[in-house]
Amino acid sequence: MSATGNTANTAGFVSSRRWLLWSGIVALCAWVLVPIYLVALGALGGRQGVYQWPKTGLPTGISLDPFILFLKTEGVVQSFLNSLGAAGITVALSILLGAPAGYALARYDFWGKDSYRLLVLLTRAFPLAILALPLTVSYIRLGLYDTIIGVGLIHTVLALPFAALVTQAIFLGVPKELEEAAWVFGCTRVQAFLKIVAPLALPGIVATAVFAFVISWNEVFAASVLTVRNRTLTAYLLTVLSESPMHYRFAGGLMLILPSVVFIFAVRRYLFAIWGISSK
Amino acid sequence: MANKRSWIPYLLILPSVAFLALLFVVPLVQTIWLAVSENGAPSLANAQRMASDINFTRSVKNTFLLAIAVVPVQIAIALAMGTMVSKVGPGRETILWIWTIPLGISDLAAGLVWLSILQNTGYLNSVLFGLGIIEQRTGWLSYQTPIALFFAIAVAEIWRGTAIVMVIIVSGLNQVPKEFKEAAEIFGAGPRTRFLRITLPLIRPALQSALILRTVLAFEVFAVVYALGGRNFPVLVGEAYTWQNQNQNYGVAAVYAVLIMMISLAATLIYLRVIKVDPERLP
Repeated sequence: MSATGNTANTAGFVSSRRWLLWSGIVALCAWVLVPIYLVALGALGGRQGVYQWPKTGLPTGISLDPFILFLKTEGVVQSFLNSLGAAGITVALSILLGAPAGYALARYDFWGKDSYRLLVLLTRAFPLAILALPLTVSYIRLGLYDTIIGVGLIHTVLALPFAALVTQAIFLGVPKELEEAAWVFGCTRVQAFLKIVAPLALPGIVATAVFAFVISWNEVFAASVLTVRNRTLTAYLLTVLSESPMHYRFAGGLMLILPSVVFIFAVRRYLFAIWGISSK
Repeated sequence: MANKRSWIPYLLILPSVAFLALLFVVPLVQTIWLAVSENGAPSLANAQRMASDINFTRSVKNTFLLAIAVVPVQIAIALAMGTMVSKVGPGRETILWIWTIPLGISDLAAGLVWLSILQNTGYLNSVLFGLGIIEQRTGWLSYQTPIALFFAIAVAEIWRGTAIVMVIIVSGLNQVPKEFKEAAEIFGAGPRTRFLRITLPLIRPALQSALILRTVLAFEVFAVVYALGGRNFPVLVGEAYTWQNQNQNYGVAAVYAVLIMMISLAATLIYLRVIKVDPERLP
């Protein structure tokens, strides 16, 4: 907490306001963290934990065994790998297709720039997962139905507009003058890009990739509609939800939460910069 | 930048345009055609079947009520978070990081998290029992308790979806020049006036995009509902899912999809009209 320099007669007023401020902050932090703690208890408490009544909220009788048992359930590990695969495809495609577009938007004025931006904006106004419905028909025809590639493609539609907007912001942040100086010193455009722009933009692009990963990892609807056997973790959990016992559901919830929380932690520095620019 | 070789930008955007044309524009047109045709001929049969389904009216009502209940609360909490954190020096980063955690959590996971609290032998009932408010385990998530179920789903949605609003609003607040507030303070404006007259108008673009994003996502609500209430609480996307997967009727599912699209578009247009933003500030 920062020390507030204040005169004696306002000190009481100021400190009570600070007290109010900090209790608000602590309450909101608890609002975020306590439910995650409780689902972790549910995931690690096993069958006894679920039926324990009344519950105490203390970590009694928990062990990793129920969670490991959940991992050994048929289909869990496979769907976990499928989720990773779909997310990998999404990351690769949205960066490969989105970053060049972002660079073009940042560095060039060209006819059709506004139309392109409109297309990107339009995708943000639509519930994109809904597109999975007609895609089932085309996917069956193309042999992409029930494949991880098919899921990765539709998830790329979700992540690509985001990647284009965010990389535009990142490339705008790299001074044009550095690139022009490289040209003066005899670099070609490609060389200048690889030697000057790419290294400076890399951390931001990695952050964009992480977001694309999280978008794909968390998507439920499209993955559920487009797969039958090769389900992603979210799609798998959705279909077995009504039949599985409570502690399995909590274990699934925890398993969904952990990777994306780690990833969001990794890019926390970029969160506000990225959204500040991409939300304008 | 002056550029003579003007084909370069087109080369750079072409892959993404081609991709979006194939996987966004084409399926979009297909969905609309699926919705308004039957056996290859234009027909409103799908729409009629959707409208006569017993869950249709309920799902429309539920989806709208949920959006109306959730979005304003999220904006209010996010504004409170933004205002609070701007007064904090050290520790600011940690607080923001904790508040952004739900950003990485899917709606399915959020539903499961709140299921652990709200199920019959869950923590809410334990606390209420401990306080002597209830005598035995009470179910909150069945079709017999629609109001409790509604609140449960709303709470889970607020828990999960507020983070993104907060990030957008904090970014907007960061762009408000300090000088404006200081000047207002010198001229005697109180905190309330400063907030209403300076801050709020200046974060208008952020508010607008937060509202659009959250409202579109609210109409897409699905997995959180499914995790908490199963099919006890019909919503539009859930009905689309059921018609496609259980009933294998792509036409009716497509009408639901088109309906959701139209509602989302209408909401977006309303926000663009009502909250005027300087066009230069659009991306």
